[in-house]
Order: sequence, then structure tokens, then C-alpha cells
Amino acid sequence: MQRQVALIKQSLFDQGYLDEQFMELEELQDDANPNFVEEVSALYFKDSARLINNIDQALERGSFDFNRLDSYMHQFKGSSTSIGASKVKAECTKFREYCRAGNAEGCLRTFHQLKKEHSTLRKKLEHYFQLARQAGPKETARRPK
Amino acid sequence: MTREELPNLAESKLTALVVDDNFVNQSIHQKLLARLGIQNDVVCNGKEAVDAHCSGRNYDLILMDMDMPIMNGIQATKRLREMGIESKIAGVTTRANEGEKKEFMEAGLNDFQEKPLTISKLLSILHKLDFYVQT
Repeated sequence: MQRQVALIKQSLFDQGYLDEQFMELEELQDDANPNFVEEVSALYFKDSARLINNIDQALERGSFDFNRLDSYMHQFKGSSTSIGASKVKAECTKFREYCRAGNAEGCLRTFHQLKKEHSTLRKKLEHYFQLARQAGPKETARRPK
Repeated sequence: MTREELPNLAESKLTALVVDDNFVNQSIHQKLLARLGIQNDVVCNGKEAVDAHCSGRNYDLILMDMDMPIMNGIQATKRLREMGIESKIAGVTTRANEGEKKEFMEAGLNDFQEKPLTISKLLSILHKLDFYVQT
């Protein structure tokens, strides 16, 4: 089962969902906090759900306050960067570029894609953490090839 | 650097304050500090950092985010320096263009690191600010 967990993790990196920062977080896990990464991920998804909701509401109002949208997305990008959510971070960057260009359609299109990536990552990480818990403690986290 | 090679600075009794409005970053920065044996507190914005010092708390190191509500990192750093706080302050932010970095440094920082913060970057801060000597 450890091997299955390792393969799933490898695929998350290979498919670009996660980057090196996720490994940095896994290396912080210790006996005192064996589930640190899962806890931080839970914090991230809770916080990012709030930001998604804020942005959704701002976009639904129809009037594009690009400064406010950019501010929300700056926070979103910051969190995504901190946990290594690579694809989500990329969409955040695109969204901010559209904000700076005042491109409402670009913002809407990118936000739609961002929500997809966010949802996909959430499901994949939930599955990964569930399997990891079932597999039990492992040795020191190894960097993917 | 493997887990076994990380320095334990607990004996040096260093203290740090994490100043960041983002809960994810707070959690990570606190964990990074704890991993190196550095006791730490956390506040959510620059005003809370200033208030903490007004109430008599003092820290060896402050990890200061730049973008925060109520009082941002630049304002907080300036205020702390005006108050005579001599703690080492390291700016930790995603904003990394030269102009923004310069403005933040000129507010009174001792060092600057781009997020995301990692063990290596934190050790770099500690080394540069003379809290840790690499062997």
C-alpha cells in the first residue's frame, strides 16, 4: 500500500498538480505533527473556498472591480504557492494578468478554469491523504524523480 | 539538508514573531520555526505586531509579511523602528519586484526573502542575521 501511495504522489507531481513546495511541507512532518501536510492542506482548502466565494460574488455583481479582484487573487496565489498547488497558482497568475489588462472576459474564463483545477486538486489530495493514513507512517519523505 | 542535519536552536532560546494575515502561511512559518527549536508567536497584521510590542513583548526575530489588512508590513516595520524596536525583521512576501523590495527594505528590514518560505530560506535568514553559524 505504501507503494500505491508513493505512485499516487508521484503522479500528482508528474501531472503538474503539485510542485517542490509540497515536498518541503512533507519534510516538516515529525512525530509531534505526523499529519502536518494534511492539516495545512485542509486550512488551504477552507481559506481558498472563502476566496472563491468572494470572487464569485464580485463577478456576479457584474461590475468588475479589478483592484478588488486582483487583491483576492493575490491572497489566493499566495496560499496556493505556499502549499505547492502548481496548476492553481498558474491560473491565479493568469487571472491577475487579465485584471491588470482590464479584461473581464479573460477573468471569467480563467476563473472557471481555476475552479476546475482547485476542485480536481482537492479530490486528488483527499484521496492521497486517505490512502496515506491507511498505509500508516512511512520513512522520511523522498523527493519524486 | 536532511531532517537529521537540521540545527536545533532551542538552547539559544531564540524567539520569533510571525506576522501574516494568511492562515496557511502562519501555520507553515510557525512549523518551520518550531522545527528549528525557535519559540514563536503569531499575529494577523501589522497593528497586532505593534500592539504586541506595546504590551511589552519582545522577539529576537520578526517574520513580516507585506500585504496585510489594517496595517501592512511596510507601515508596521516603520512603526516598530520608530518605537525603538531593534529586533531583526525579515520581510517575507510574494511581492518581489525591485521597487517593492526596496520600499520594504527601506522601511527598516534586516533581510528579505521571497515566499514560499522554506527551511533553507529560513536558515539563510538566521545565518545572515547572525543567529546561526553554518558548520
